[in-house]
Amino acid sequence: MTEVRLTSLTKTYPGEAGAALDALTLDIPSGSLTALLGPSGCGKTTAMKMIAGLLSPSAGDVTFDGRSVLNDPPEARGAVMVFQNHLLFPHLSVADNVGFGLRMRRRPKAEVRDRVAEILGRVRLPDLGPRMPSELSGGQQQRVALARALVLRPKVLLLDEPLSNLDAHLRLEMRDLIRGLQQEMGITTLFVTHDQEEAVVLADRVALILNGKLCQYDVAEAFYKRPASVDVARFFGGQNFVPGRSGDGLFQSALGPLQLPQGAARGAGLLTVRPEAVRLGPAPVNSLTATVTARIFLGTQTRLKLSVNDIPLEAVVPPDAAEGVAVGEVIDVNLPPGALWVLPHQGDRRAAQ
Amino acid sequence: MDRDPALLRTLRGLAGLALILWLVLPLIPLAIWSFARGWRFPDILPQSWTMQAWNYALSDTSGVLDSLTLTIWIALCATGLSILIGVPAGRALGLSNFRGKGLVEMMILAPIIVPGIAVALGLHGVFIGLGLTNTTTGVILVHLIPTLPYMTLVMAGIFANYDTAFEDQARSLGASPWQTFRHVTLPAILPGIIVGGLFAFLVSWSQYILTLLIGGGRVITLPLLLFNFAASGRNDIAGAIGMIYILPGVLVLILTARHLTGRNVAIGGLGRL
Repeated sequence: MTEVRLTSLTKTYPGEAGAALDALTLDIPSGSLTALLGPSGCGKTTAMKMIAGLLSPSAGDVTFDGRSVLNDPPEARGAVMVFQNHLLFPHLSVADNVGFGLRMRRRPKAEVRDRVAEILGRVRLPDLGPRMPSELSGGQQQRVALARALVLRPKVLLLDEPLSNLDAHLRLEMRDLIRGLQQEMGITTLFVTHDQEEAVVLADRVALILNGKLCQYDVAEAFYKRPASVDVARFFGGQNFVPGRSGDGLFQSALGPLQLPQGAARGAGLLTVRPEAVRLGPAPVNSLTATVTARIFLGTQTRLKLSVNDIPLEAVVPPDAAEGVAVGEVIDVNLPPGALWVLPHQGDRRAAQ
Repeated sequence: MDRDPALLRTLRGLAGLALILWLVLPLIPLAIWSFARGWRFPDILPQSWTMQAWNYALSDTSGVLDSLTLTIWIALCATGLSILIGVPAGRALGLSNFRGKGLVEMMILAPIIVPGIAVALGLHGVFIGLGLTNTTTGVILVHLIPTLPYMTLVMAGIFANYDTAFEDQARSLGASPWQTFRHVTLPAILPGIIVGGLFAFLVSWSQYILTLLIGGGRVITLPLLLFNFAASGRNDIAGAIGMIYILPGVLVLILTARHLTGRNVAIGGLGRL
């Protein structure tokens, strides 16, 4: 069990304007599973390599249990990184790949053999030891790469896009496997991903990094219910942003007065409501009359583009609820107060779109 | 596109035969000479046979065995140095893009393009100043001029297909820098080292002008000895030495046939996945 703390971790490359990673400060509780989320090129893999010791930070510090590890070479840190494309050594069998780290630590042969067999069983590949990596499927390679790291019982496990190269059905299986092993072994785990869904389904806490800066660090639910900014909300699929003014529990805007939940921010701001929180039909509070401008069938959901007093609004509803709703029709919709959230208006130009 | 497999096989067989004949035919007279007691035009075969030339060639007085040992030593040293310099140089050329890379590649190729004798004449003066002329060390060093380009270019090709992320992965799994080289990098580049090393060995093995110029006649390798006998009209002894001289080439061909076919995937190093 190891607590990881990043303090103002910064990486700049000579000749490049702006930092690849700009003063990232993050407390990763011992034994937790944390996601570093961001679009590709946002500096998240850079952060991970600095924790692993494969890259030196330009500034800032990385501590494990309060002790700085910056001067420890990667092999002595106890932080093991699993790369995105598995990187199984092609000249070694599966068993030799998994046993690689133990052999480098000069563990006795019998111990290596037993621990390799044990971990291959835990990733549910007990019979693949003698195979060569090229004989495995992508999902199996991913599990071997995970086993190769877990067999070392690392203090910190670092996973680079652990689910990205997998088919949909394998993703769920891999996710359950990672989650299960991580909790069972209590290893502080950090993974990077560009996929918000991957972050949400796997992680206890998510750190969202945009343009090299930490935007929000919270439990997954908060990114949907309480986004810190328009950028954060947009990254998580938020669509509806209405400028106005908040006060006395009400939000005044072109939509008319809307009742807010307790504790909403006051003053000028942007009202946001997730498309899937918009309900069809009238309600005692926050009821609106909307014109349907488009209707898009998405399979398990239907997306409705609405217009309320010329303010565009999007709703995602179950297909059943949208049955019989036609483009051009005027319908009643309501916004449950608990689903509303006010973002501080920080002159975000894109908000008015 | 229907091709007659039998015809294709026959053609391939004929091509192979032609290639072998082309390589082997010139060697046949050499072999015959080494066992001949006089062999004059227009006889198809010598009048009588003898082991005389071989007895002389393998005796202490001829100096063939000393020369063989020296040639092997020089070629091994030149190969070893080529590996030591060529592997890091090839890595730099294969992995990184830097300003002036094209120029550096040209400079490395230059010894193959520029006639060796011109380079050697220039170097001769420098080596005299360093006291390296007429020494084995000097000959080994001058052999690096033609061997290094082969080694470096082979290694550059290997490293161009090599992913250094494997080294990061090994370090992260707990391997020290040396262990990473030993267990991850070396297995990936070994086919290149073997092929480049054999090229370097053969190139050093067949040097004549450079050895003559820098060795000053004191360092007598097999090709120098061979030329002496050939020039003095001793075709029988030249034939025997010639047979000894081609041995490493044949051995190398047998050893590397597997690597040179291109079927061996490992030659590409740890390819990008």
